[in-house]
Amino acid sequence: MRARALFSSVLTALGLAALVAAMPLARAADAPDPAADAKAFRDYFIKKFPKVKLDDFVNGPYSMNEDMRKQWEEKEQFPPYEFALEAGKEMFATPFRNGKSYADCFANGGIGVRQNYPMFDAKEGKVVTLELALNRCREANGEKPYSYVKDEMASLTAYMAFTSRGKPFDIKIPDDPRALEAFQEGKRYFYTRRGQLNFSCATCHVQSPGERIRAEILAPALGILNAMPIYRSEWSGMGTISRRFTTCNSQIRGVPLEPQSDEYRNLEYYLSYVSNGLPISGPGARP
Amino acid sequence: MNRIIGATALAASLFSAALAPAHAASEDDFKTAYAAADAAEKQAGALRNRWTTTEAALAAARKAAEAGNFDQATSQAKEAEALAKASIFQATSEKEAWKALEIK
Repeated sequence: MRARALFSSVLTALGLAALVAAMPLARAADAPDPAADAKAFRDYFIKKFPKVKLDDFVNGPYSMNEDMRKQWEEKEQFPPYEFALEAGKEMFATPFRNGKSYADCFANGGIGVRQNYPMFDAKEGKVVTLELALNRCREANGEKPYSYVKDEMASLTAYMAFTSRGKPFDIKIPDDPRALEAFQEGKRYFYTRRGQLNFSCATCHVQSPGERIRAEILAPALGILNAMPIYRSEWSGMGTISRRFTTCNSQIRGVPLEPQSDEYRNLEYYLSYVSNGLPISGPGARP
Repeated sequence: MNRIIGATALAASLFSAALAPAHAASEDDFKTAYAAADAAEKQAGALRNRWTTTEAALAAARKAAEAGNFDQATSQAKEAEALAKASIFQATSEKEAWKALEIK
């Protein structure tokens, strides 16, 4: 009888010990781990498309379809974004009315810095995208902000992306719980189904890249922002990241959020971080 | 026999009720239906998950009401409420369900 009681109490103690030992593991499993997420993300696409070179994912649908790639390579001889690039270069160099310019707002005069955006601003406690930083620069210098979805912003970001071409995305997540939270929220947004069609970003760009949705070939999520901004034949013009996010939402019959809302900023942070190491290829062209 | 007659009479009355035109919706009916739809859509908005189709149904309801067509206005408002409730359900269930899609 005593032996049974002893056995029972030993079992209880072992059970408790196992529970206590498992608790930190369970907590660790829930804690954000951006580096592990980025590795899993990249490995998924490498496994899904073993013939596509890693750096080629930044070319979106052209990395998935040989015929489209040939058409694109021909188009690149006279790229449709060239007008925007020229306009952006001129806009970037033109001083504000107070005599200052965009170069005064960015590290290295704004040249070759696109790969560092979005970045986490510890002072504000939020993600700052390149589009947001450009408008803040304008406002700080007494100028009106540009629309996030129209040509001026697309031209400016096209020029800045061009000066970073070939440089690998280098998004930092500082050791700050707010930055980790922003990354986690971006991830949550990416995988959350929304709109009447019940699609998430991942439905198209993780589950179905390379497949057709009507006439379009879906781009892989890996490297999807490296080519931004883009000239889209469907839009007959240039589009920013803000335009891409809002139109994706309306295409699935969801009411888009306001451009540069916290959700979109966090989404951009997540998507850019998981493409770290892949080269900037913007401005790009898409069907 | 009586049972058969009774059942036939009941079926006939149900059939005629089904064929009879529903009572025309009043402005008050529309207002009640619209308020319910609007409240549900506000809740969807708070969850950051409004649908374009809900917004379209609400706009169609308002337009029909302005034209004095309260039947159509009420019907559109009820459709908007159903859509808004579906978007609320989606946003609520996705609070956990999104994890099933995550690459791990």
